[in-house]
Amino acid sequence: MKLPTSIFAAVVLATTAGFAAQESDTEVAARKAALDLAGAFSNEGFKMRDGHWSGMIKPHDHALIAVNLYAGNQYWFSVGATDAAKKLAVNVYDETGKLVETETYNEGEKAAAGFSPTSSGQYYVMVDLVDGNESGVCLVYSYK
Amino acid sequence: MRRVRQFAAITFLLGCCALIGAENHLPADQMAKAIRLDSISIPTPGELFAALEKPGKPNWVGQMRGPIATSYKNRAQIALNLGSLIADGFIAVEAKDSQQVKNIGTDIIKMAKALGVSENVLSRGNSINEFAENDEWDALQEELEATQNEVKSSMQTHRDQDLVILVSVGGWIRGTQVVSAAVMQNYDERAAKVLRQPALVNFIEAKLNDVSPEMRNEPLVKDVSSELSEVEKLVSFPTGKAPTQDDVKKVNEAVGKIMTQIQTKEAQ
Repeated sequence: MKLPTSIFAAVVLATTAGFAAQESDTEVAARKAALDLAGAFSNEGFKMRDGHWSGMIKPHDHALIAVNLYAGNQYWFSVGATDAAKKLAVNVYDETGKLVETETYNEGEKAAAGFSPTSSGQYYVMVDLVDGNESGVCLVYSYK
Repeated sequence: MRRVRQFAAITFLLGCCALIGAENHLPADQMAKAIRLDSISIPTPGELFAALEKPGKPNWVGQMRGPIATSYKNRAQIALNLGSLIADGFIAVEAKDSQQVKNIGTDIIKMAKALGVSENVLSRGNSINEFAENDEWDALQEELEATQNEVKSSMQTHRDQDLVILVSVGGWIRGTQVVSAAVMQNYDERAAKVLRQPALVNFIEAKLNDVSPEMRNEPLVKDVSSELSEVEKLVSFPTGKAPTQDDVKKVNEAVGKIMTQIQTKEAQ
């Protein structure tokens, strides 16, 4: 997968500057990394959601975020972190807590997981800091 | 000594198995504590409509409604209608009706103004017009979502946090009304499956319970909240099973009733 910083990601970043202004530098850096990664999927027809989650994760710790998805759509969950993160992992679980099979991408402070749910409902996205120091992390998702 | 080593090896393997098990299955308490946010846990109408379109393009033009009143006085009612109007914007984009998008954009700004949101939101009206004139449909979808988020952000800044969830509720109800109506017109099991969202309705209900007592006691908010618990039951289909035509009709009637209240109830 190529990872160019797409124009689309830049536009989203600019249009959401209102939110960014209220965020810390760490959050902004993590969000930029997540948007850079998600921008690559928009080249493949995925629409990026304007909403996001951001927070701090300690080494070998994780964040679990609930999302509600629709059967028929394809989704990519993109995570970006600050430089302190060396390796991230993104996993998706269904509403019963069962690990869902996903396509994954992982490179340094960026990682992503993609899949197409066969059932509509709640899913959980787990973001792990596998290697590195405590980092600011941001999750965005795209769909088509 | 050999036995000790064997015991250590078995204990290590069991530990590994337990770890693998934990990775493959989330415990219920962990799922209960998961982060749930308006900005990422509530899908946009655009996501819902994208899923509905997969089995075949619905008649989007037939799902559009006439202009709604923009002169409500009650802030909760304005927020609910604003959310539904943003969903209408997504429908007009799907129908590729640029004039309708422009009209809805104007109404969105009118309602946003009535709530006293920031100038940033108001300038989005121009962008919506511009994109509509140039038939830039993807850009319009992004602009509508960005407008919704900016309205919510402005509400948070102005300590109107309670109104944020009402905008999401209005959007979800209108979106579900349209999707259930489209599925009823041309029933398809795959399309019907998008209506299964019990956890989402439960989350919305929980958020409505968290609003201030004054807001919670608003007659319209009270009614919407109590009707939603009925809707939650109606959208709780078993996993993998598509709702029947009758199930879809019931959902449509329930959300239609709420939508009528949001539009017409005399709020205090």
